[in-house]
Amino acid sequence: MTATTPPQLTPEQLDAFGRELDAIRERVLADLGERDADYIRRVIKAQRGLEIGGRTLLEVGFLPPAWLAGTAALSLSKILDNMEIGHNVMHGQYDWMNDPAVNGQAFEWDTACPADQWRHSHNYVHHTHTNILGKDRDIGYGVLRMSEDQRWHPYYLGNPVYAVLLALLFEWGVALHDLEVERIGAGKASWKDKGEMLQAIWRKGRRQALKDYVLFPLLAGPGAPFTFAGNLTANAVRNVWAFTIIFCGHFPEGTHEFTEEETEGETRGQWYFRQLLGSANLTGGPLFHILSGNLSHQIEHHLFPDLPGHRYAELAVEVREICQRYGLPYNSGPLHKQFGSVVKKIVKLALPGRGGGERAPEPAAVAVAEVVAPPEPELVAA
Amino acid sequence: MASEALVCAQVFTEMPQRLTRKLLGSALADALATPHGVDRYVELVRPAFSLHEVRAEVVSVRRPTARGVTLTLRPNANWQGFCAGQFVRLSVEIDGVRHTRCYSPASSAHAGDLIELTAHAQPDGVVSPFLRASARAGMVVSLSQADGDFALPDERPEQVLLISGGSGITPVMSMLRTLCHEGYRGPIAFLHYARDEHDVAYARQLAELASGHANVRLLRGYTRKMGVGELKGRFGREHVRAAGIDSTRALTFACGPSALVDAVRATWAQDELDARLYVEQFAPPAPARVDTTDGHVAGTLRFARSGVAATGTPAPLLDQAEAAGLTPTSGCRMGICHTCTCRKLEGAVRDVRTGEVSTAPDELIQICVNAPVGDVTLDI
Repeated sequence: MTATTPPQLTPEQLDAFGRELDAIRERVLADLGERDADYIRRVIKAQRGLEIGGRTLLEVGFLPPAWLAGTAALSLSKILDNMEIGHNVMHGQYDWMNDPAVNGQAFEWDTACPADQWRHSHNYVHHTHTNILGKDRDIGYGVLRMSEDQRWHPYYLGNPVYAVLLALLFEWGVALHDLEVERIGAGKASWKDKGEMLQAIWRKGRRQALKDYVLFPLLAGPGAPFTFAGNLTANAVRNVWAFTIIFCGHFPEGTHEFTEEETEGETRGQWYFRQLLGSANLTGGPLFHILSGNLSHQIEHHLFPDLPGHRYAELAVEVREICQRYGLPYNSGPLHKQFGSVVKKIVKLALPGRGGGERAPEPAAVAVAEVVAPPEPELVAA
Repeated sequence: MASEALVCAQVFTEMPQRLTRKLLGSALADALATPHGVDRYVELVRPAFSLHEVRAEVVSVRRPTARGVTLTLRPNANWQGFCAGQFVRLSVEIDGVRHTRCYSPASSAHAGDLIELTAHAQPDGVVSPFLRASARAGMVVSLSQADGDFALPDERPEQVLLISGGSGITPVMSMLRTLCHEGYRGPIAFLHYARDEHDVAYARQLAELASGHANVRLLRGYTRKMGVGELKGRFGREHVRAAGIDSTRALTFACGPSALVDAVRATWAQDELDARLYVEQFAPPAPARVDTTDGHVAGTLRFARSGVAATGTPAPLLDQAEAAGLTPTSGCRMGICHTCTCRKLEGAVRDVRTGEVSTAPDELIQICVNAPVGDVTLDI
């Protein structure tokens, strides 16, 4: 294995690797029960409590302490709603409960993006084709240049500016994501085909805006501007937080991208392999993991997208040990380090270079990642 | 005067409740609670509340026999009542998983805002043993509206013959109670079959109704204890004669295990009285295990919503649905994205990745990675 290419495993090793991960998945599936149900209900209760508390405080938002506390509570509520509840529930992580309140296909979340469109662009497109250039639209979200293999264009000089705007307006960026606006621009799709989607975005976005920017402020009477400002801030806090966590999932130094040819006819083991190499974890305490929607365990999430997120911390221990045995990198680091490398990438890729469709040498997976590869991996140790 | 005062008092206690409900059901409340909806907030403090769903609080629990458990439920304001003999789908959560089963209320259809259900713990069951062991007052369950054609017609017949076996007693018990409640004057005969006299859930209530109403005749037969009940052996014509009912003028309602229901049906068919017979029989319990050593069990695939049926193959259900001309939504086709998840109404399926077989009725499955094992019905 050289420092510039992804580590290589033989087909037999990949199969064995896949079987070990399958075994983890099956074991957890068989163990799902009251513990998981209680967990997600506790989080939901906390989120609804924070929301009601936050909105109540913001109704008297003209009092500075109430405004601060209310805005903080509402921000936390939106973060929990979107990340630990919405994102995970919509993956079908709690479908086995058979409870309509946590049904993956029925759930709607407190953000502008209609849940149905998210389920398509995220659960299907992104999770199936993770980090495959040209197929995974989460690489740059059709707005940014996040890979050296994306051909440079003068438009990308604005990369850092677009990134800041995307962070602040993230919920609206996500809402428009499934429209594939860049494909319309390239003449591969037309606005005409997008009528239904636009209508759904309009309906959902309007209800969200009406609630946060009209109704709750009006209920506060003369305090309306304070409520409005609190709601706007809470949405922005959630936007920036979600952007930060999500951009740390696949863009830190050391994550790999793949081509369509490379991934054709992938086996189960190869699919796991791609998910592992394309994802990066964040280290932190239990509260940090909950607020990240357990996307801090992005690797485990991509290996097991439909296992309840709160289990990932436990699984990470096993996954890391398996990676160690197979000599595979396990990209993990604290938020400031991972996000720092993402910011560097955003700025660096604003400028031309090493693009042009040719596969650029990857920075060493070992450079940033906490690599735990022993020199001679013992494979499938008996 | 007294009754007027009572009505006034009732109005005053109901008014705040009605007002609250009206407020919570308003368009403004809906807009403020978007996208989750009002229920998802109120249910955290009042679990039985819902603007649209029927939920019920368990008011009391009795365990009348070694296997039986009787729940008295108070359904919420969305409950529309039932006709004697109908069933409801009751959902309870067991180890984090919501299970749904059908039960017939055994109470009178005129019993006010309470309904009574009785379950008999089945040795291989999930829900009934759970209710027998763990049901307690204060528990909240989900209900459907009442459903089913096994019901007393609005125009009451001249005579009524009720026949039940084992836990099949509940819908006919409801009919008997409803008729007695209404002051029905025609002759009613109640034939009940059980293993022995200790295994009858409504033994005392039946005896009281029979002794309190001259038009009600109660006849009991015990299959494992001869010579105790009024009836000897299994159901036969002589039992109908003993009941003193003219089956050409009566409506007959029979509910119980298939052997009993089949025998009744055959007798009524011989007499060409099929139109005067209503039956409900226990579905054979779903097998807990399915032998899939050969990988496939032949069966029929039914797509309930589109009314399409096909012969099952060992292929994933998604492929078979598409082969049958349907276009269910799907994505990855490898069990990742849950786009194709749909409700399996009944039957067993095998996860093609793990080989694990799942037999639970009314559960969500990913049709791209599940193949049928025998007959399967999907909500597509």
